[in-house]
Amino acid sequence: MRLEPLANPSRYRVLGVTLAALGVAFVLVGGLFAAYGLHPLEAYRAMLSGTLLDAKGWQEILRRSIPLLLIGVGLTLAFRTQFFNIGAEGQMLVGAVWAAGVALFVPLPPWLSLPGMVLAGALGGALWCLVAAWLKSRLSVNEILTTLMLNYVAQSLVIFLINGPWKGRDARGYIYSDRFAEYQQLAALPGTNVHWPTLLLGVLLALFLQLMLTRTTLGFQMRVVGENPGAARYLGIPGGRVILWVALITGGLAGLAGVGEIAGIHHRLIEPGQLSSGYGFTAIIVAWLARGNPALVLLTAPLMGLILAGGDLLKVSLNMPFRIVDVFSGVMLMCLIASEVFVRNRVRWGR
Amino acid sequence: MEEILNALARALSFGTPLLIACLGAILNERVGVVNLGVEGMMALGALAGFALAFGSGVGDGNLWLAVLAAMLAGALAALVHGFVTITLRANQFVSGLALTMLGLGAAGLLGKRFEGQPLFNQPPEWPFTLGAIGLALLLAFVFYATKIGLSLRSVGENPAAADLLGINVLGVRYAAVAVGGALAGLAGAYLSLVYRPSWTDGMTAGLGWIAVALVIFVGWSPLRAIFGAVFFGLLYYLQFRLQGQSGVPSEVFASLPYLLVILVLALSGLRGQQGNAPEALGKPYRRGER
Repeated sequence: MRLEPLANPSRYRVLGVTLAALGVAFVLVGGLFAAYGLHPLEAYRAMLSGTLLDAKGWQEILRRSIPLLLIGVGLTLAFRTQFFNIGAEGQMLVGAVWAAGVALFVPLPPWLSLPGMVLAGALGGALWCLVAAWLKSRLSVNEILTTLMLNYVAQSLVIFLINGPWKGRDARGYIYSDRFAEYQQLAALPGTNVHWPTLLLGVLLALFLQLMLTRTTLGFQMRVVGENPGAARYLGIPGGRVILWVALITGGLAGLAGVGEIAGIHHRLIEPGQLSSGYGFTAIIVAWLARGNPALVLLTAPLMGLILAGGDLLKVSLNMPFRIVDVFSGVMLMCLIASEVFVRNRVRWGR
Repeated sequence: MEEILNALARALSFGTPLLIACLGAILNERVGVVNLGVEGMMALGALAGFALAFGSGVGDGNLWLAVLAAMLAGALAALVHGFVTITLRANQFVSGLALTMLGLGAAGLLGKRFEGQPLFNQPPEWPFTLGAIGLALLLAFVFYATKIGLSLRSVGENPAAADLLGINVLGVRYAAVAVGGALAGLAGAYLSLVYRPSWTDGMTAGLGWIAVALVIFVGWSPLRAIFGAVFFGLLYYLQFRLQGQSGVPSEVFASLPYLLVILVLALSGLRGQQGNAPEALGKPYRRGER
C-alpha cells in the first residue's frame, strides 16, 4: 500500500472520508456497548427511536444543540487559528456566574436586566479565556493545559458561590442560588425547554462569523496565523493580537452558552455537573466535524445534540452511565483525525 | 521535626502517582511524542487494576496481576495514540485529547459495577514510591550516561539524523509511547489500589493533566521530576490538612493545585523553559521530509 499526496482534495472526498470515519466510530462504540453487556443494535435503536422518532426527543436534541452551536462556532475559529481551547466548559460556567451575578445583585430596570445578563455572561467567558490566550501569546504557555486547568477552577468557583455567599434562601439540603425573576428568563418555545432567542443568536452568529472568516481582514489573518505562522510573521500579521481576538470570541460564545442554560432552562445558578453535560468537550467534536467552517456547525451541532440526547435516554431507560457520551466523543474524534491521512492522500495498492 | 517528617511522608505518598505518570510522559516527549491522554490512560489503568484486584467480589484477586493488568491497559490505550500519530501522522495534541475522553468514558462505562465497592486486600504503598524514585534515577542514568539514552534523545531532537545512524525512529517512538502508557496505567492503579482503595468515576481528578504540566515545569528532567512531584504532593497534603481548620472555604483549596499549575507554567514560560523541549516534539516523522 502506498500513499500519494493530493494537493486539493475534492469536497466529495472530504465528505466521503468523514462519513466513513463516523461509520467506523459507531461500529467501535458498538463494540463497547457489547463489552458493557448490551446488544449494540438494541442500544442504537433505543437512542434513535427516543430522539428522532419522538416529538419530545426532537425538543431534547434542539435544546442540547443550542450550547453546542454557540460553543462549536467559537471553537471552529479557535482551531482555525491553532488555538486549542479545551476550556469552553469552564468559560461557559464563568459566563453563567457573571450572568447570575447581574441577575441576582445588580439593580437594573427590568427591560435591561436580561440584556445585561447576556452581555455580562459573554464578557465573563471571554475574559476567562483571555487568561490562557494572554499567557500563550506573551509567555508561550501551552493553552491546552491552562484552559483545562481553568475548567477545574471554574467548577470550584460555582460550587463555592452557590454553597456560600450566593446560596438560595429556599435551598436547604441542595445547593443552588435564588431563582431569577420572570423578566430575567429567556423565552422558550411553548411547552418546551427550547430557549429560541439563544438558538436564533447562535444561527446568526454562525453565519456572521463564517463571513468574518472568509471576507474580512481579521478572518484572513486568523487563517494565515493558523495555517502558516511563518508566512504570518512575514506578512507582518500581529499573531499575538489575533490570538487574543480569537480567545475573546470563542470564550465569549462559550459564556453566552452558559447564559442560555441558566436564563433559558434552569432559571438559577446550579451545580456545574447539572448546568453542563460536558458541552464544552462535546463541542470540540462539533467544531472538528465542521472542519473549521462556522456555518457548517449548523449541521454538526444537531448531530452531537442527538448523541447527547440519546445518551440521556440510555441513562434513563437502560440505566447506563452518562459517560457513554464521552465514549462517543473520544472515539469519533480519534477516528476523524485518523482519517485525515485519507483526505490528504490517495491510497494506491501494489507497488 | 516529627511533624515535618510526617508531612514529607504524606507528600511522597500523594506525589507517587504524579511522579510515575510524569516519568512516562517525559519518556514520551523525549522521543518527540506528546501524549495528552495521560488522564484517560490513568483512568483505564485504575479500572483494570481494581477489576482484577476485586476478583470474584471479596477482594481475592492477585494484586500483582492487577498491577500488571493496569500497565497493560495503559500501554494498549497508548498504542492507539501511537498508531494514529506515528503511523497515520495525525495531530498529537488532538489525538491525546481524544484518548483522554475515550479513556475517561470507557472507564466510567465499564467500571459502573465497581462503583462504591470496597477493596479488602490492598498492596503496600512503599514499593510504588520507592519504585517511582528508582525509576526516575534509572531514566536519568539511561538518558545521560548510556548509548540507548543517546539514541532515544536523538530520535526526539533530530529524527532524520537518528534515522541516518540506523536507528529505527518509528520503532523507538512506538516503544516509548507504550512504556509511557504503561506507567500512566500504573499511576492509575496506585490510585484505585493503594491510595483510595476503591473505584469511582472521575477519580483521577485532573492528576493526569497535572503530570503533563509537570513535564514542562521540570524541564523534561527525570531527576527534577522527583522534586516537582513532592512539591505538588505537599500541596495536596496541605489542602487535605488545612481543610475545615482554617476558615478558608474548601473550594479554594480544591482549586489550588490547578491554579498553581498555571502559575508554574507561566514561570516556566518566563524562564524560557520551552527552549528545553526536544526539538522534534509534536512533529510526526516521515523519511525524506524535513
